[in-house]
Parts: sequence; C-alpha cells; structure tokens
Amino acid sequence: MNLEDWYRQDRLPHIYCAGCGNGTILNCTLRAVEELDYKKEETTFISGIGCSSRAAGYTSSDSLHTTHGRALAFATGLKLVKPRQHVIVFTGDGDCSAIGGNHFIHACRRNIDITVICMNNNIYGMTGGQGSPCTPYGAISTTTPYGMQEQPFDLCKVAEAAGANYVARWTSFHVKELTEAIRVGLETPGLSFIEVMTQCPTSFGSKNKMRQVTQMLDMFRDNAVLKAKADRDAAKGILPSPEKFVVGQFVRRNNPPLGVEAAK
Amino acid sequence: MTDKTDFLNGNVACAEGALAAGCRFFAGYPITPSTEVAERMALRLPKVGGVFIQMEDELASAAAIIGGSWAGARTMTATSGPGFSLMMENIGYATFTETPIVIVNVQRGGPSTGQPTMAAQGDMLQCRYGSHGDYSVIALSPSSVQEMYDLTVKAFNLADRFRTPVFLMTDETIGHMREKITLHSNVEIIPRRELKEGELPCAPDENGVPGFGTFGMGHNVHITGLTHNEKGYPATDSAEIHEKLVRRQVRKIEDFRNEIADVDIVNPDAELVFISYGAPTRTVRQLLNDNPDTYGHLNLRIVWPFPDESLLAFKNAKAFIIPEMNLGQIAKEVRQHTNIPIVVVPKLGGALHTPAELLKAVEVAKTVKKPVTEVRL
Ligand SMILES: Cc1ncc(C[n+]2csc(CCOP(=O)(O)OP(=O)(O)O)c2C)c(N)n1
Ligand code: SF4
Ligand SMILES: [Mg+2]
Repeated sequence: MNLEDWYRQDRLPHIYCAGCGNGTILNCTLRAVEELDYKKEETTFISGIGCSSRAAGYTSSDSLHTTHGRALAFATGLKLVKPRQHVIVFTGDGDCSAIGGNHFIHACRRNIDITVICMNNNIYGMTGGQGSPCTPYGAISTTTPYGMQEQPFDLCKVAEAAGANYVARWTSFHVKELTEAIRVGLETPGLSFIEVMTQCPTSFGSKNKMRQVTQMLDMFRDNAVLKAKADRDAAKGILPSPEKFVVGQFVRRNNPPLGVEAAK
Repeated sequence: MTDKTDFLNGNVACAEGALAAGCRFFAGYPITPSTEVAERMALRLPKVGGVFIQMEDELASAAAIIGGSWAGARTMTATSGPGFSLMMENIGYATFTETPIVIVNVQRGGPSTGQPTMAAQGDMLQCRYGSHGDYSVIALSPSSVQEMYDLTVKAFNLADRFRTPVFLMTDETIGHMREKITLHSNVEIIPRRELKEGELPCAPDENGVPGFGTFGMGHNVHITGLTHNEKGYPATDSAEIHEKLVRRQVRKIEDFRNEIADVDIVNPDAELVFISYGAPTRTVRQLLNDNPDTYGHLNLRIVWPFPDESLLAFKNAKAFIIPEMNLGQIAKEVRQHTNIPIVVVPKLGGALHTPAELLKAVEVAKTVKKPVTEVRL
C-alpha cells in the first residue's frame, strides 16, 4: 500500500482550516504506518472529540470516533479484546489532559500497547479557542482574555511519570523527526505517547501575535531545544528560558505492557 | 454436559449467565451492591479465554465495553446508581452508534450516594431517558436468582439482535439473595449479524438494524457519535439525515415492542390487577398464593420498551395496583397507556413491600375513582 491508500479518499478534503497543523501530523502518522507495512485490517484508529480527533475520520481502515476525552478507555477495551490490532489514538491537548486526564494517566500506568498521538495546539480549537490545561502562562484565549493565570501541563512528564514505555515530543515543523518518532512508538510495546506541538492559526495564533502560520512554525523551530542540548544545559546549571520547550525522545523502556498477545 | 444445580446469589448468577451467553470481556468499577458481578467475572473470565479489567471509573468502564464490542466480543459492565449516572454519556454513544453492550444496574437507594446497601428501583426512568437526545433502549428486570441468570443470557441476545445497549435493571435484594438455580450446559445464542460485503455500515435491513462491521475484519468502517449517513460518515448539517437516523433507531426497538415483550399474565379476568417487576413481584406472588383467584397480576420481565398491549389482557380491570421501590416511575408509564384508575404503592428505604401493605392498597383500589391515587404506607 502507498500513502494515499491510508487516506479515506471519499471524505477528503478535510475540515481543517488553511494552515492548520493537524493535516501534517495525520500525514506523518500515515507515513509511519505505511513504512511499517501495516495491513489495514490490523490497524485501528480511535479518537476523542476536537479538531485533532477528527483525524480518525480521514484514515481508510477501521476507525472509532468516540466521546470527548474517553478515546483511551474505548481503545483499552478494543485492544484487550483484539490484541493483534495496531491501535493508534488521536487526541488533542484538551481531550487528552482536561476531560480525559484520568484516562490518560491510567492508560499510561497500564502501559497498554497503544500509540497515542496528541496534537497539542495549546487551545480548544474546535469550540473556538478557549483555554486548555496546555495553554501557556499569560496566553490569550476566549476564556483567558486577560492572560492565562494557571500553569500548563507538561504532558510528556505526565506520561513518563505515569508509566508509558515510550514518550517523545516533536512539532509540526519537525516532520521527519516526528514521522520517525511515531514509527518507533508504533514498534515499542506498551503505551507510546507522542506529543506534537502544532499550530492553530485560527484560535491560538491570531490571538497571540502569531497571525501568520509561518510565525508559528518559526516559533516551533526557534523555541524547540533538543533533549540532548537541554540535558547538557541542565548539567551545567543553565536554566531553560520559559518560551523554550524540549523536543526529542524522553523515554524508551521495556516495562511489561498490557494487551499484547504473548502477555495475554 | 448436563445442566447443573447450584445455590448462588443473584449477582454471581448474573455473571454466570453472562459467561454462558459467551461474554468474554468485562470492564467495571467496584460499587455496592453490584461488586460481586465484577469479582466473579475477574475470577472466571481468564479461565475461559476472556479478559477482565478494572477501569479507573464508570465513564471508562462503559467506554471500554463499547470498544470491546466493536472488536467483536460480547461485553458487559455492572454498576449501581452513582456509576450508572457516570455511564450516561457513553450509553448515549452506544445507542447512536448502535453498539451491542449489556449494562447491569444493581439498584440501591438514591439520589446521590444514598443508601449503598439498600434495595431500590429508582433508576428505571434514568435507564430509559438518562442520556441526552431521543432514543430507545431495552431493559429487563429479574425477580429471582434464576432470572438473574436467564435474563442476562437474554440481554446479550437482545443486544446483538437489536444492536443496542440492554440493561439488566435489578436491585440489591435480588443481587444479594441466594436461591437454588439451574445453570444450563447450553443456552441459546443469537449472534449479531455481520456486515455483508457491499452493504453500507449504517444502512438498515428490513428490521431497521444495520449489519455490524466488526473491527479488524476488513470492513474499514468509520464509526462516529456524530450524526452520520448510511456510510457512517458525519453529516451533521442535514436535518433530514438527522431525523431519519434518530427515528429509525427509535423505531427499530419500538416497532418490536410486542416481539420483545416478556411478561407473566395471571388471572386476566380479575378486577384488581397488580403490575410489578423485580423484587416487588415476589410479594405480589405471595399475596396471590395466599388468596388464589382473587387478584390479577402482570409481571414485567421486560420493562422497556414498555409492553403496553399486555395491559389489554385484563378485560375486567377496575384498577391497576403498582408497587414500586421508587415514587411511582413505571406507574407514570402505565398511565400513558390506560384510562383505568391506577393505585401507586411507592416504598423507599430498602425494605420490600409486605403482603399487608399490598392489602392496604387493595382496600384503596376497591373504591378508587381518580385516575391516579397514591397509597401512603
Ligand atoms: C462532554 C463534552 N464536553 C464538551 C464538549 C465540547 N468540546 C468539543 S471539542 C472540545 C475541545 C477540544 O479541544 P482539544 O482536545 O484541544 O482539541 P482541538 O480542537 O484543539 O484539536 C470541547 C470542549 C464535548 N463535545 N463533550
Ligand atoms: S480551529 Fe485550529 S485546530 Fe481546528 S482546524 Fe482550525 S486551525 Fe486547526
Ligand atoms: Mg487543542
């Protein structure tokens, strides 16, 4: 199969706004699936609710578009019944960490053999730009008109602490690295969590002085610090500046997974 | 293999019924007075090639059994009021995506945390109407340990036949009491109809039910809780598609009310007729035993869809007496289908009605004229 075969052609074009990063992430995911030569009948896409979660509707194999925040619980049931399935979950920062926060923690703790791709646009995109648990401190949203007063989650730290076997972060700018991370995540037994920083020009960029899509992509390029460099800085006692964020692979380990055939 | 006699409590019998029906996935969260169902499944499922999982809450339990159902398994969860409330969101998802699942509610006193160890029937309307939007469901109500087993089997068959969530609406009394029970070596299994090649995943057959596109079988279906067309694709802007879909899903159950109906009709010529389901049925039966040929009795093993035609069996009825362990939830439904006076006999707190209390209601019923009269016990 080639890349196009992984798209549900009769549902295209997708609903994403011009310049939205979600299409890029979907493309990277399907490229990784294609590189691994997965078969359609062995591959299931599951998602919650949000712009990000609409991605499952554009894939050509079986897909389950579920309720807000609960995709991982649906996925857990499906995977336990059919451990041979490659299960890929698309979620958003709100879906994954607000309403679905508990399911997220527990899916990581169980280390269920699922690959989770979280499209973090730092905002509730679908509902028109309200603040999420990942909206940066001080950022403007429709529900934080004077600037966000709460600290955001570091989703990768949450996933790592909760027990996921594979945790990585990239951005919609780092297409090659992201595709590779998804591939590694798919190949790692247990829960693989890949956070992708992505642009929502409509609801985030426009309110936070990044009206142009390119401004957001430039920001990702300029503010992303490779894990190795961040570690070196930390060793030297250099504090990271607040606008920077770390990208790369945070953990890859071999703790016993749930929902793989041998362990069943 | 032959049938086996045992002495079990209702919750364990329910779990055994599920296993006999081929249930191979259970996801749940502990809650009194339902927990023995989960504990029995945890013990038994791994021995028959199934999977048990304790989820983080009841939102997740409902979600997991829906996911498991799309993977092709017969799946179940069990809970009580507080957990049932949490399940409402995904119950709506299951109705709208036409996912067969079985949900056991061992009812306890509500609202809120209420009376964890006391029996009640207070969730009967929540079961019918608790999730948002218009939909229909099937709900069964056992009044003995044997029926906990038999109706659990039946619940799975109905879920697959109608592609809908099916509820076993039992209560603490039936869940915790022990009785002699026959475990069948062979139960009838009516499997769900698999999607045929060339058939659209959300296009109804002559019964109004689409074929089931089990995941991993090469159907490549897309399933969504958004309003969807016959391909299964989102079509949220079309009033026509939305109305057609909602009406079809309601009709696929309501048009079969009489096929689904499962009732006992006793003394149809009687003038004073009891209507009951679940635990109160036991007291009504005792009264009928003590006073043969005096009262009529309509026992409902299936409460939803309400089997309204069975009311017509009582041609001489002058009053329907309805003892419920709530403030008259099913009495409201009966009222919609008859002009015969109704005597509501609510009892809260957890104790069963006594025969003497039912006789008190009989005295009221003898002279009742108003459409609805409540007996204060
Ligand atoms: C139970 C429930 N609450 C609220 C909503 C409304 N809602 C839909 S999408 C969404 C936010 C999605 O945010 P995120 O997960 O970050 O996805 P994005 O659209 O940004 O990709 C909300 C609150 C809903 N569908 N269901
Ligand atoms: S609102 Fe934002 S996240 Fe949603 S499609 Fe538009 S750009 Fe993408
Ligand atoms: Mg978002």
